Amino acid sequence: MLEIKNLHVKLEEEDKPILKGVNLTVEAGKVHAIMGPNGSGKSTLSYVLAGREGYAVTEGSATLDGEDLLALEPEERAAAGLFLAFQYPVEIPGVGNMTFLRTAVNAQRKARGEEEMSAGDFLKVVREKAKRLKIDAEMLKRPVNVGFSGGEKKRNEILQMAMLEPKMCILDETDSGLDVDAMKLVSEGVNALRDAGRAFLVITHYQRLLDHIAPDVVHIMADGRIVKTGGPELALEVEKNGYADILAETL
Amino acid sequence: MAVPQAKVDALAARIAGLSFEREGWLGAARVEALSRLSSMGLPGKRDEYWRYTDPTDLIQPRTATAALFDAGDEPPVFDAIDRITLVFVDGVFDAAASDDPALAGVEITRLSQAPDLHWARDLYGVLEARGQSPVQRPLAALATAFATDGLLIRVTGKAAKPVSLVYRHDSETSDAILHHCVRLDPGAELTLLESGPGAARFTTAMEVEVADGARFHHVRVQGRDHQRRAATHVFARLGAESLFKSFTLTANGVLTRNEVVLELAGDDGVAHVAGAAMGDGAFHHDDTVFITHDAERCESRQVFKKVLKHGAVGVFQGKILVKQGAQKTDGYQISQSLLLDEDCQFLAKPELEIYADDVKCSHGSTSGAIDETALFYLRSRGVPLRSAQALLVLAFLAEAIGEIEDELIVEDIRQRLENWLARHEY
Ligand SMILES: Nc1ncnc2c1ncn2[C@@H]1O[C@H](COP(=O)(O)OP(=O)(O)OP(=O)(O)O)[C@@H](O)[C@H]1O
Ligand SMILES: [Mg+2]
Repeated sequence: MLEIKNLHVKLEEEDKPILKGVNLTVEAGKVHAIMGPNGSGKSTLSYVLAGREGYAVTEGSATLDGEDLLALEPEERAAAGLFLAFQYPVEIPGVGNMTFLRTAVNAQRKARGEEEMSAGDFLKVVREKAKRLKIDAEMLKRPVNVGFSGGEKKRNEILQMAMLEPKMCILDETDSGLDVDAMKLVSEGVNALRDAGRAFLVITHYQRLLDHIAPDVVHIMADGRIVKTGGPELALEVEKNGYADILAETL
Repeated sequence: MAVPQAKVDALAARIAGLSFEREGWLGAARVEALSRLSSMGLPGKRDEYWRYTDPTDLIQPRTATAALFDAGDEPPVFDAIDRITLVFVDGVFDAAASDDPALAGVEITRLSQAPDLHWARDLYGVLEARGQSPVQRPLAALATAFATDGLLIRVTGKAAKPVSLVYRHDSETSDAILHHCVRLDPGAELTLLESGPGAARFTTAMEVEVADGARFHHVRVQGRDHQRRAATHVFARLGAESLFKSFTLTANGVLTRNEVVLELAGDDGVAHVAGAAMGDGAFHHDDTVFITHDAERCESRQVFKKVLKHGAVGVFQGKILVKQGAQKTDGYQISQSLLLDEDCQFLAKPELEIYADDVKCSHGSTSGAIDETALFYLRSRGVPLRSAQALLVLAFLAEAIGEIEDELIVEDIRQRLENWLARHEY
């Protein structure tokens, strides 16, 4: 589904290389996890895939079901089925959460030539999905992420994902800042979406999330590259011993 | 202080062609206004109060022409609101185009035809004169002295419907001067709507007396005509436990100066003034507000937002004056501009002057571009660039629009803003 080949990325402003040849293939129906030290380029990879400005791709490619992601505008990538749950969800004062969700859902439907969702249907679906994530009606009325706690913001990301039903979901440290119960809610949210036609790329520092969302493949990213790939046991190893051994072995 | 000769000459030239009504029951008020005006002279470029806005086009003897404007398929402002409509064409009341002004709870008389009305005699020119200190507003005195038309609106109860004044612009060289008086009796309530450009040049003053416990709602949409010029003034005095709420949408217009002068004269009064201004290119918009707290426990809010691009200029001069004894005053003022490109300008002069010790007053002024992070966040959820920008612009304006109470009017204003954004590339 997602195919990244030899991706090199630098900061547009500073000429500072950050990704130095990332190779990664995520197949439909699978959950891949990426772990790696702070500053190794995990968020950068997710931003570049989602189309954030400020980065220059100097080499390599990224495709979603064969379509060149890097040639698309961010909204086109979203309409093509890509979703990024932000490490730091953005606050947007003055835009109601509901308005935001409905605008997004309908924009994507429109881009795909589907019919827009009626206000009534939309409300029903949001309420139901929000309830499962223990997001109350009052939170839905507030401006996007404004005044939300860290954990509430992360749950709001998962609500957006549940509403948009993307096929390729990238979760950037969605577990950080979550309490034990919220972690369960979020994992259930993710697991509920798992199916043969959808794939996940889960960026995390902790094994704990992977206890709930069992990954098929685990990658270790260091200094802008995927340096090791393995099964779920790789995450356990990191949890136990840190990155030192793995990094030493790849040098 | 003697008025400089240049100002004396400018005033003489400006009023040379105007008719002056010395006779009649408002004659005395007009004569006084003319004497006020003569002692001040017209505003000049070097006046402190006109530092950010060049008054030249507002004072020259003949107005520059303003091409007539076709709003295309945009429906008339306030179309969906059940209201009585009173039409002025280039500043002249048009009875044939207007609704019958009979409305329960409201008495409406045309200024030029009014019999001696006690309440209006006590109001005409009075609040304007009070508003001349500490800063002079010569164009308001001009409106009192030379207004050729206007309405006297007395509200005795809860008005059955909003009263909607529609100002059409039908001649490229029209130069209209209007003066309205509105009096709300104790406990009365009125929504007054104003819309349209008025004339090529539109000079107006409106005096509003809001008696104890009365409620006045004012929503104004100034015309989209690009070349129109306007100098408007609203003077209001608020009694105890009264409410005054005013919102103005200004989209386009080469030059607009909107002055609002409010006096909270009775305890527990509430005064909110807000504005949203959208300018692209030749657009200079000035909001000048002066709120005086002269009673206890009153609340005032000023919320002014401007969206500017392509060299448009926004000005905000806002003052809160809290007089001695106006304890427990709650004063708030915010003026912000959203600059959609780099060559526009926002000039703000927020002022607080406080002579009471137990008050809560805050003011802030900011100027910035669209938040790129928020823009990316919206786009990453599939919202196309243009819609995402529009959402963020509307979000920026939300606090000002939030000052309108009527949901239908809010919808009308929002739609107009969306239309404006859709028409203007950025
Ligand atoms: N816009 C930017 N300006 C300057 N430096 C940047 C920018 N974006 C990323 N970097 C740098 O690139 C490197 C990779 O950052 P990135 O956020 O991708 O790391 P990460 O793996 O997500 O780290 P963490 O685990 O802490 O979230 C870091 O050294 C970071 O400082
Ligand atoms: Mg990161």
